[in-house]
Amino acid sequence: MSQNIYDRVQANPKFAELVQKRSSFAWKLAIVMLVVYYSFILVIAFSPATFAVKLGEGVTTVGIPVGLGVIVIAFVLTGIYTQRANGEFDDLTAQIKEEARGEK
Amino acid sequence: MKWGLLLLTLSNFLWAADAQFSGKRDLNVSAIIMFVLFVVATLGITYWAAKRTKTAKDFYTAGGGITGFQNGLAIAGDYMSAASFLGISGLVYLKGFDGLIYSIGFLVGWPIILFLVAEQLRNLGKYTFSDVASYRLQQTPIRVLAALGSLATVALYLIAQMVGAGQLIQILFGLDYEYAVIMVGILMILYVTFGGMLATTWVQIIKAVLLLSGASFMAIMIMYKVGFSFETLFSQAVAAKKSASIMAPGGLVSDPISAISLGIALMFGTAGLPHILMRFFTVSDAKEARKSVFFATGFIGYFYILTFIIGFGAIVLLTNDPTYLDPVKGGIIGGGNMSAIHTAHAIGGNLFLGFISAVAFATILAVVSGLTLAGASAVSHDLYANVFARGRVDEMTEMRVSKYSTIALGIVAIILGIAFEKQNIAFMVGLAFAIAASANFPILFLSMFWRKLTTKGAVWGGSLGLLTAVVLVVLSKAVWVDVLGNKTAIYAYGNPALFSMTIAFAGIWLFSLMDKSENAAKEIAAYDHQYIRSQTGIGAEGASSH
Repeated sequence: MSQNIYDRVQANPKFAELVQKRSSFAWKLAIVMLVVYYSFILVIAFSPATFAVKLGEGVTTVGIPVGLGVIVIAFVLTGIYTQRANGEFDDLTAQIKEEARGEK
Repeated sequence: MKWGLLLLTLSNFLWAADAQFSGKRDLNVSAIIMFVLFVVATLGITYWAAKRTKTAKDFYTAGGGITGFQNGLAIAGDYMSAASFLGISGLVYLKGFDGLIYSIGFLVGWPIILFLVAEQLRNLGKYTFSDVASYRLQQTPIRVLAALGSLATVALYLIAQMVGAGQLIQILFGLDYEYAVIMVGILMILYVTFGGMLATTWVQIIKAVLLLSGASFMAIMIMYKVGFSFETLFSQAVAAKKSASIMAPGGLVSDPISAISLGIALMFGTAGLPHILMRFFTVSDAKEARKSVFFATGFIGYFYILTFIIGFGAIVLLTNDPTYLDPVKGGIIGGGNMSAIHTAHAIGGNLFLGFISAVAFATILAVVSGLTLAGASAVSHDLYANVFARGRVDEMTEMRVSKYSTIALGIVAIILGIAFEKQNIAFMVGLAFAIAASANFPILFLSMFWRKLTTKGAVWGGSLGLLTAVVLVVLSKAVWVDVLGNKTAIYAYGNPALFSMTIAFAGIWLFSLMDKSENAAKEIAAYDHQYIRSQTGIGAEGASSH
C-alpha cells in the first residue's frame, strides 16, 4: 500500500467527516451505557432500598425490571450502533477508499 | 494416531466410569451417552477442520472467513462458561436479585467493546491483540509485555476452568477428578492442535447452540409451571424461601468502592481478554466484526435472562423438596452451584439431567479450547515469531511452534488442574479480569486512540498496572485470608481494578509524555498512518496480510 493513498485519504474532507461522525456517535453510546450501568451499581451501593420498593400489590420489586432493562438496553445499543455503522459509515468509508484509489 | 488416542481416552473414560459404578456414586448413563455423542461429533469436526487448516492464517483465524452471525455465536460460546451457567443460576438460587448484578456486569463490557475497540481491532490486527498494540511501537518490549499479560490471563482462567471441570465431572458423571481433568486436557489439545481456530470455532458454536437450547427449555418449562407469569414465579419463590430478601439487593455488593471496582473489572476486563479479542480476527472486515458483537450481546444477554429464571425456578422447585436436600449439611446436595443441575432433573427427569450435564461438560471444553489457542498464539506468534525470530520465520515453522505450545499448555493445564484440586481458587477469575483490565486493555486502548503513546509509556504503565493488580489481589481477602490464612485482609476491597487500571492509565500517560527520545517521535509520527487504517480498513483488506 503506497504512502500516497494514505495522504489522499487524510486530505479528503470526507475522512474528517467520517471520523468526526463515528467517534461522536460511538462515544455518545458508550457514555449512555456507562451512565446506565454505573447508575444501577451506585443505586445498589448507596440506596439498595430503592430497588426493594414493590411494584403494585405483588412481590415484584422495582429492581427486577430495572435489572432486566439494563440487559435489554445493552443489546439495543449494540443494535443501534451496528445499524448506523454498517450502513451510513461503511458507505462513507467505501466512497473515501474509492476516491483514494481513483485519482492515480 | 489421533483415533488411537481417542479410543484410548474413551476406553479409559468408560473404564473409570465402570469402576465408579461399583463404588458409591451413581453412574449417569444418559449423560455419558450424550457426552460421547458430543465428543465424537466434535472430533469429526476437528478431522474436517484439520484438512482445511493449511496456513498460519487458517490456524490462528480460521482463514478469516467466519461470518458475523457465526462469530457472534462462537463468542457467546467462548464467553458463557460453565461457571456462568452453574455459578450465576446458583447465585440467583441462593441470593435472588444479587445474581443479576453479576450477570449485568459480565454483559455491559460488550457494547463498550463494540463502540471503542472491535472494528479498529479488526482493521489493525492479524492474529493476536499484540499485533495491534505493537503496530507503531517497538515490537520486542510491547509483544513481550502483551504476551505476558495474555499468558497470565489465560493461565488463571484456564486453571479455574480445569478445577471447576474436574469437580463438576466428578459429581455429574461419577468419574475420578484426575481422569476428568486429563480427559478435558487431551480433548482440548486434540481440537486445537489438529483443527486450530476452525475446529475451536465450531466446537464453540455447537456448545452455544446446545447451551442456549437447554437453558431455554428449562426456562420455558419453569415459566409454564407458573402460568408464564413472573409475578407468580417470584411470589412462589418468596413463599418457598419464607423471605422477600431475594427480591432486592442484599449483601453481595457491600461498599461503593468494591461495587465500582468490580464493575470496572468486569466491563473493561472483558475488553482485554485475549481469547475474546482473538475472535475478531476470524471475520473478514469491520462490518462482520460489528455484527459479531451485536449477535454475541444478544445471545449472552438472553442467556443471562434465562439463568435468572432458572435460578428462581430452582428456588421454587428445590427449596422444599427432600429429594434434592442434603440432610446432613443442609441446603441442596452439592451446594448452590448444583441448583441448575437439580432443576434440570426436577423438570425433565434423568434424561434431561443427562443432557444438561453433557452440555455443562461441552461448555467447559469449548471455553478451555479458546483459552489454549489464545495462549499458544501468544507464545508462537508474539514471543517466538516476532520477538525470538524477529519476524524472520516461515509460516510452517510458526505453526509448528504453536502446535507444540498447545500441547505444552495442555499438559501444564492438566498438571496445574490436578495440583490445585483442593486449593481455594475463587480469586483466579477475578484476578484474570483485573489483569486484563489493568494491563491488556489500557495498552490496547491507548495504542489505538492516543497519538502520544510511546513504547516506554506502554511498558512502564502496563507493567505497573499488572503488578498493582497482582499485589492487591494477594493482599485482598480472597488470597491473604482465604488462601494464606491471615486474620484480616490488608486490601479491604473485593477487586483491585479501580486502582490498578487507574495506575496503568496514569503510568502510561506520565511515562509517554516524559519520553522525549527519537524513537518516541517516530512512534508519534506513525499515528496518522495507523489511524487511517484503523478507521477505514485501508491496508487491512483480504483479512489483513501486512
